[in-house]
Amino acid sequence: MIKPLEVKYTPKDFSTDQDVRWCPGCGDYAVLAAVRKALPELQTRREDTVFVSGIGCAARFPYYMNTYGMHSIHGRAPAFATGIKLANPDLQVWVVSGDGDLLSIGGNHTIHAMRRNLDINIVLLNNRIYGLTKGQYSPTSEFGKRTKSTPMGSVDYPIHPLNTAVAAGATFIARCVDKEVNLLTEIMQRAAEHKGLSFIEVLQDCNVFNHQAWAYASEKGQKEDSTLQLEHGKPLVFGADRNKGIRSHNGRLEIVSLEGGEIEDDLLVHDETDRTLAYSLAQLERPDFPEPLGVLYCNQDREPYEQLVWSQMDHARERAGEPDLMKLFTDTETWRVD
Amino acid sequence: MQSEDIPRLENPRTDKIQLDSVAIRFCGDSGDGMQLTGGQFTNTTAVFGNDFATFPDFPAEIRAPKGTTFGVSNFQLQFSKNEIFTPGDKINALVAMNPAGLKTNIDDVEAGGIIIVNGDEFSKVNLTKCGYPKNYNPIDDPSIQTAYQIFNVPMSRITRESLVSFGLGSRDTDRCRNMFALGIVYWLYDRPLDTTIEWLNKYFGGKKGNPQLAEINIKALKAGYFFGETAELFPVRYQVPAAKHTPGLYRRVSGNHALALGLATVASKAGKQVLYAGYPITPASELMHTAANLKHFGVKTFQAEDEIAAVCAAIGASFAGDLAVTATSGPGLALKMEAIGLAVMMELPLVVIDVQRAGPSTGLPTKTEQADLLQAMFGRPGESPCIVIAPQSPADCFDMLIEAFRLAIRHMCPVILLSDGHIANGAEPWKIPNLDAIAPIEIQHARSEDYADKEFHPYTRDTSTLARPWAIPGTPGLEHRLGGLEKDATKGTVSYDPDNHDRMVRLRAQKIERAATAIPHLEVRGPSEGDVLLLGWGGTYGAIRSAGDQLRQQGVQVSTAHLRYLNPMPSNTAEVLRSFRRVLIPELNQGQLLQIIRAKYLIDAIGINETRGKMFMVDTLVQRTLSIIQSETTRAEQGQEVGIGSSAS
Repeated sequence: MIKPLEVKYTPKDFSTDQDVRWCPGCGDYAVLAAVRKALPELQTRREDTVFVSGIGCAARFPYYMNTYGMHSIHGRAPAFATGIKLANPDLQVWVVSGDGDLLSIGGNHTIHAMRRNLDINIVLLNNRIYGLTKGQYSPTSEFGKRTKSTPMGSVDYPIHPLNTAVAAGATFIARCVDKEVNLLTEIMQRAAEHKGLSFIEVLQDCNVFNHQAWAYASEKGQKEDSTLQLEHGKPLVFGADRNKGIRSHNGRLEIVSLEGGEIEDDLLVHDETDRTLAYSLAQLERPDFPEPLGVLYCNQDREPYEQLVWSQMDHARERAGEPDLMKLFTDTETWRVD
Repeated sequence: MQSEDIPRLENPRTDKIQLDSVAIRFCGDSGDGMQLTGGQFTNTTAVFGNDFATFPDFPAEIRAPKGTTFGVSNFQLQFSKNEIFTPGDKINALVAMNPAGLKTNIDDVEAGGIIIVNGDEFSKVNLTKCGYPKNYNPIDDPSIQTAYQIFNVPMSRITRESLVSFGLGSRDTDRCRNMFALGIVYWLYDRPLDTTIEWLNKYFGGKKGNPQLAEINIKALKAGYFFGETAELFPVRYQVPAAKHTPGLYRRVSGNHALALGLATVASKAGKQVLYAGYPITPASELMHTAANLKHFGVKTFQAEDEIAAVCAAIGASFAGDLAVTATSGPGLALKMEAIGLAVMMELPLVVIDVQRAGPSTGLPTKTEQADLLQAMFGRPGESPCIVIAPQSPADCFDMLIEAFRLAIRHMCPVILLSDGHIANGAEPWKIPNLDAIAPIEIQHARSEDYADKEFHPYTRDTSTLARPWAIPGTPGLEHRLGGLEKDATKGTVSYDPDNHDRMVRLRAQKIERAATAIPHLEVRGPSEGDVLLLGWGGTYGAIRSAGDQLRQQGVQVSTAHLRYLNPMPSNTAEVLRSFRRVLIPELNQGQLLQIIRAKYLIDAIGINETRGKMFMVDTLVQRTLSIIQSETTRAEQGQEVGIGSSAS
C-alpha cells in the first residue's frame, strides 16, 4: 500500500555521508545525479526504496543513496531483488549495476527477472569494459576490441542489451546516454512508475579504460546521424537536419531521405506498446542504421510476478481458512497410544 | 527375527508365532509401485501400534529399462514391539516382484529367511536380462532352496484371474500385482486390511475421481490376503505385538516431510511469512513440493532459475523481513557458498538445508552420505563461520528446523542444517507435539522510535548474543546499506582499516561461539565415563545407538553420544570426550567429524568410516567396534601405549 507522502524530498535527501569514489569524469556521476533528481518526483518514501547492486564500479551505487540498500555479490543483484519484492511487494526496488555484472556473470538472473516481469527497475550502466578489474573486455565490447586480456582483439560477438530485454520479456525498455541528465531523469521516473520490469540501458562513459566508447551517441556532430530518438506516436525521423526517416518495406526497415519529396506518411510511427516493432527497432545497428534511444517499449499487459505470487497466497488462505497446524499434522493416518 | 528360534508348531494353520521385530523389504521394477506398497504396509503397521523405521531406496533413473538390476526399486521397513531406531540390517522377509529384484537383494536376506517371488516374471528373457546365466533359475536352485524359505507365487496370473470380472487388459491388471503381493504379506504378518482399503477409496475415489480403480485394487489386495489363507503355502503366520509408546497421538513422518511441517510451524509461531527459495535437486525436491502446499500458513515458495538465485532470493527476503530458507543437496550447497558468505558478512538470518547425498559431483544422487560436513563448516572464502546443526532422525527434522530458525534469528547469521538422504526419505512414528509446548518465535525488528534521539548504526551489537539489530526496509529513519565489503565495527560503513578487519573477523567468530550458551548439553547413553565412546552426528543416530545398546547387552562397556549441534558444539563436549579412554567416530564419510574432533580437542579419536551410499548396518558398527577394542587390547598387552586397556593417564 502506498503511504501518502507528507514531505517533499529534494535530491539532497537521497545523498549519504559517504564520499563518492568513482574516478573524476566517470559517467556514473551523471546517472547518480539523474536518479537523485528523479526520486523526489515519485510518490515513494525514502524508507520504502531499496537499491541493490552486484559487483563492479557501478555497483557502489547503493552506498551513495540514502535509502535501504544492498551491495551484493557479483551478478546476483536481480536475484536478491526478487527476494526483497517477494517479501515486501510495496517496496520500490532498483537494481543498478554494470554490463559485466548484469550480462556476463549475472546474465542468467537478468533474463529470468525479465521473463518473470518482477516489478523492479534495472539500470544497466553499460560502458563496454570491466573497469574495477582494470580494463578487460566485457560482454558488450565490440568484436575485435583490444584490451589487456585480448591483446590481438576480442573474437567474442557482443551481447545486445536491448535485444536481450525484448526477447526475455521486459515490459519497459529504454536506452539513454549518461550525459543527457534531463532525459535520463524523465526515463527513470517513467521506469519507476511502470508496474513490471523496467530495463534502462545507460550508455555510460568509462573515461579511464574506454573513453568515448559511446561518442557516436553522445557527441555533437556524430549523434545526430547515428542515433534515432524514439517518441511514442511520432514518425521515426533522424539526422542533423531531421531529413532522414525509417520505413518498412516488405518487412525490412530501410532509411529514406526526406529531402527528395518523400512524405512522412510513409514512415514508421513509434508505438511503445508494440513488441514486434520493439524487436525490429532493437535490431538497428550502426553503421547501416542509427541506433534507437528513448523508450523502446512500454506495456503493462502482464501482471508483475510478486503480485501473482501474493495473489496465490491470498487465494490459498481464502480457500483453506485460518491456518490450523494440528489439522496439518493430522492430515494423514494417525493413531493414539493410551 | 531369528529363524533358528522358530519353534515347531502342532497346528501351523491356526497358530501364530510371536516375534519381537521383523525387517521386510519389497523390491521390483521402478514401475512396480514398490514405494507405494511399502508405504501402505508402514501405515498399517503404524496404526497397528508397532514402532517402525523405513528405508525407501530407489534408482536415480525415473523409468530404467524394465527388468534390469539398475532399475530395481526397494522399500524396507523394520517394525517392532520394542523401540527401534533403524530399518534393520539383515532382512527377514523379501518380496521380489521380478528376477532383478531377487538378484540385487538376496544377499541381504538372513539365512533361512522368507523370500516371496512373483514366479510369473521368472521367464527366460527376464532371467537373462538381469544377468543370470543361461538356463539358470534361482527359484529352482537347490542351494537357494536350502538357504532360504522361498515361496513361488504366480502373482501375475492370479491377479489377472481375480480381476477377470472387470474386463481389464493384462497391462491394467498387472498394475495391481503390488496390491496382491501386499495382501499376501498382510496375511503372513496378521495385519488388518482396513487402513489400506480406506486409503485406496480416498485416493482413487476422491483425489483421482475414479472409484472403480479403488474397487479393482481392493479386490487384488483381498485376493492376495485370501491366497495366503487358502493356498497352504506358508507353514506359519507371524505376529509382532504393538509397541509401548509414550501415550499420545502419533503419525508417520519422513525427514523431508518433518522439515516442511516445521516451516509451517515456524511461520505460525513467528507470525511471519517464510520464503522458501529452491531449485529442484534430489533428494531435497520433495521438501519444496510439500512446502508449496503450505501457502495458507504463510509459506511462500519460489522456484528459482538456479541454486545461486535461490539462496540470493532467500537472503533478499531476509533483508526485507521474511523468514528465509533455501534447501538443496551437496552440489547445490557448493553453488550457494558465495552468497552464504555474504549473509555471514551482512549478518542476516538465513536457514540453509542440505539434504546430503553421495558425492563428489553428481555422485549417487538417490543414495545417502554424510560428506558435506567440512563443506558446511569451511566451504566459503575467508573466515566465514556459520552455525551448523544436524537432525538425528526423520522426526527430529521437525525440532531441528525450528531450532535452525531460532538460532539464525537470535544470532543474525546463516544456519546450515545437514539432513541426509536416509532420514529425508526414511520414516518413523512421530508423536504429534502439543502446540502450546512449542514456544513462540520472538522477533524484535529495530524500530524507528528506538532511534528517535540517536543515530542508527546497523552493526551495533547485543552484548550477550553479539547479534546486530535487524532493521527492515519500510522502517523510517533506519535506512542503511549492507554489503559484502568489510564493515566498520561501530558505524557499519565500509572500512578498509586492518585492525577493524581483524576485530570484525573475531567478532563474527565469537558470535557463533556464543550460540553454545543456547544449545543443550551433549548427552551420553550408557556409562558417563569409561573405555569407549561411540560419537556420531546426524542421520547415523539410530544405527550407532542400536550398536551401543547391543554391545552393552553383550557386556562390552561402550557408551554413545550424538552431536546434533556441530558448530558450535555443546559446551560440555570436551568434558564428555575426556571421560573416555578412546573415542570412536562412525561416519558415512572418510572421517570429517574425526578431523574436527582431533583438531579441536587434541583427542586421538579413531574413525569408523563407510561411503557405500547406505546407512551403517548395526552389525557392522558392533563388529568394527569390537575389532578396534581387540586390537587395542592386544597392543596394550604388548606394552604399547594405546587408549583402551592402558592405564588412564
